[in-house]
Amino acid sequence: MAHEAVGKKYPAVEYEVGREKIREYANAVGEDDPVHHDRDPAKAAGFRDVVAPPMFAVVYSAPAVGPSIFDPEVGINFAMMVHGGQEFVWGDPVCAGDTITTTNEFKDFSEKDGKKFYVFESVSTNQDGAEVCRATWTNIVRGG
Amino acid sequence: MKQGDQIPELKVTPDKYLPHRYAGASGDFNPIHIDPEFAKQVGLPSNILHGLYSMAQVARANGAAAGGATKLKRLSVQFRGMGFPEQEMTVTGIVKEERDGRVVVDTVAEQGGNQIIRNAEAELEV
Repeated sequence: MAHEAVGKKYPAVEYEVGREKIREYANAVGEDDPVHHDRDPAKAAGFRDVVAPPMFAVVYSAPAVGPSIFDPEVGINFAMMVHGGQEFVWGDPVCAGDTITTTNEFKDFSEKDGKKFYVFESVSTNQDGAEVCRATWTNIVRGG
Repeated sequence: MKQGDQIPELKVTPDKYLPHRYAGASGDFNPIHIDPEFAKQVGLPSNILHGLYSMAQVARANGAAAGGATKLKRLSVQFRGMGFPEQEMTVTGIVKEERDGRVVVDTVAEQGGNQIIRNAEAELEV
């Protein structure tokens, strides 16, 4: 079943980047550089506004990626799923006030040693059309 | 930074409630991360750290080494062992390659000798 769904693309999702959300995320992961917290130091460093740490990509791409994990056409057994691997490639920095649009595709399915590998690729662009992040999400299901 | 250089070691001990704050910040409320009872019911020793939180620590160590978080241009990891709150995590890395104004850092995150992220490859603008 999963083989047939390879290549499936999901609708683009927009995410509006808020200053407080960047601060909340930066506090949770311990990114204490003031450029992630306050406008003035961010601007002094050359950013438009408070700049997101790169891993903030999980926040703006989640609404596009999350639903695909539960897509019956892909058929992941969520109870047996582990997040096996992750890659992010970053382009332009993401700042407060940006609108990020993310598309997601079910890129690959394979089986090896009794495990199933489900690979998704999401691409996020900003309001100017510049790519800000390309992510590869690998989920592994054991024995399911 | 040149081939063979180590990046400054990062040590962090996520407190008991860190997974709750990370869940709120990231939107990932999977109960295996925030509910110790649920985690035990599905065969885990306790609630476990979000893999993407641990990956964020790998990102932080590399960003700090490069002089700013946004110098990190690529990060690829494999999640292996489980990470736990209230245990110290150590992130170490070594520059394995230099090319075109960028370096590639081979990075590991471990807790008590147990590797939770390995084969992490970070590409930094230098």
